Amino acid sequence: MSHPDHDDLQRLRRVLGPAGPELTCEQCFELLDRHVELTLAGADADAAVPGMRAHLEGCPACKEDHESLLALVSDDAGRDDLA
Amino acid sequence: MEAAAHHRREHLDPLPARRPRRVRDSVAVPIGARPVTHLPPDPESREWLATLRSSDARTHAEAVGRLHELLLRAARFEVRRRSGAAHHVGREQLDDVAHQSAHDALVAVLAKLDDFRGESRFTTWAYKFALLEAGVKMRRRAWNDREVTLEPAGWPGFADPGSSPHHDAQMSELLAAVGEAIAGDLTSHQREVLVAVTLDDVPIDVLAERLQTTRGALYKTLHDARRRLRSCLAARGLDPDLHDRGTSP
Repeated sequence: MSHPDHDDLQRLRRVLGPAGPELTCEQCFELLDRHVELTLAGADADAAVPGMRAHLEGCPACKEDHESLLALVSDDAGRDDLA
Repeated sequence: MEAAAHHRREHLDPLPARRPRRVRDSVAVPIGARPVTHLPPDPESREWLATLRSSDARTHAEAVGRLHELLLRAARFEVRRRSGAAHHVGREQLDDVAHQSAHDALVAVLAKLDDFRGESRFTTWAYKFALLEAGVKMRRRAWNDREVTLEPAGWPGFADPGSSPHHDAQMSELLAAVGEAIAGDLTSHQREVLVAVTLDDVPIDVLAERLQTTRGALYKTLHDARRRLRSCLAARGLDPDLHDRGTSP
């Protein structure tokens, strides 16, 4: 069971969202593939795509899309390694 | 097919093929902060582009067929990932969602082919269209039979922060101030969207469908509401990120 303060802190974060500048959902979608490939290449994707990390923290749907693309491309890379 | 067409309009409208730079949107990083790189596509990506643009009907049709297979694989991947939240949806329906998503994504990819700038592999770029379509459809399926109740003025979770013995004084003051700002400083639309998405966990795509708008438009409302709350807290000398410093995300 989590501590009530922790729960409130999580809710506070969700309500207030990220503090810094962030991308829009449209910008996020546009740059999603680039960010994912940079991440998988071990590059500093957050520095290369400013505002992406903040948006992913603030928008659950875009975060899920990002996680899915990362997983799918990783899955592809695994297949290539096996081929 | 009517539903598929509706999804195309609603979700791909925010991503028009020829829209110029979007950094002027109100929720945006500073102009110039986004590095612009136009890398030449890799050989495999160039092959995709060449065959999809081919004037030879057979070459074009074969490329479209391969693209559809690729998108169907991505859509099925996403449907599998999201099927736990839509456990009442049968296997046949799930496959139908994957096929609809692949079809809608195919239409979108072909329409936006000129937008591909080679900043990733073509397949990665194309995948995201299928994942978006399938993700949106699955979130909506999961909420098909659920009512979305929009709170007119409430923030029930933090209504009485002082009643918990676990709150420190700073946190209690912060929670009370946020509750007051939600009740008194947001528009009713901002309050409804904020409470639904951040406290009631209504997926933003589901809310967008019920309110007949788009994810992007709703997120803009959410963003404006959050800025307003932060501004109200700052005016009272409160630091909303105080508790984040020194804690893990």
